[in-house]
Amino acid sequence: MAAKEINARSLQCPGPIMELFKAIKASEPGDEVLIEVTDQGFKKDIQAWCTKTKNTLVSLDESGGVITARVRKG
Amino acid sequence: MTMNPDKKTIIVFSGDLDKVMAALIIANGAIAMCDDVTIFFTFWGLNALRKPKKVKVRKGFLEAIFGAMMPRGTEAMGLSKMNFGGLGGKMMRYMMKKKNVSSLAELLKSAQEMGVTLIACSMSMDVMGIKKEELIDGVEIGGVATYLGSASDAGVNLFI
Repeated sequence: MAAKEINARSLQCPGPIMELFKAIKASEPGDEVLIEVTDQGFKKDIQAWCTKTKNTLVSLDESGGVITARVRKG
Repeated sequence: MTMNPDKKTIIVFSGDLDKVMAALIIANGAIAMCDDVTIFFTFWGLNALRKPKKVKVRKGFLEAIFGAMMPRGTEAMGLSKMNFGGLGGKMMRYMMKKKNVSSLAELLKSAQEMGVTLIACSMSMDVMGIKKEELIDGVEIGGVATYLGSASDAGVNLFI
């Protein structure tokens, strides 16, 4: 499924989770959002975010200082 | 009343750049995590809600002095430590810009856009002579009961 992509590189906390929040809010259940972040705190933040907002963290990767997370609504 | 984990309240008592920033980052973060957030501004925190330009209102002499001596809005606030007469604040803002950190004004605006509830404490407004017209739009005026009513079932209550 084509995921909505967000380039949140160079955005500082709480920027990345705010962008993710808006994107997920505008999505339908089952839709996926792919977000790229350079904020190193995001690795832990994204797990807490998904648990709290009851969305699913499909994958979390890190390469060259960029953290890529795929989140599914619901 | 049971504790609602999706509700947060923050009292902003401080009028310092660093402290108000912590409060606004937490507020934005909480909203981004689907929380209902209320921020109650009192005493020095009220300065964060003041319009940056002076508003012509009728005030007593001491009230006018108070108003003139306090920072008018978030962008005029100094650091709680190492302010060095304003130099510390300038240094902090410079670093924030360099590291692409949102300014206080931007954080306040985004919180409002995302639906935060902003309440200004009526009592401290009165004591410090701050009038409603001097505050930015979108602020409700309330007393301690307004804060406590919100805080009583909130999962997290912070005093900053």
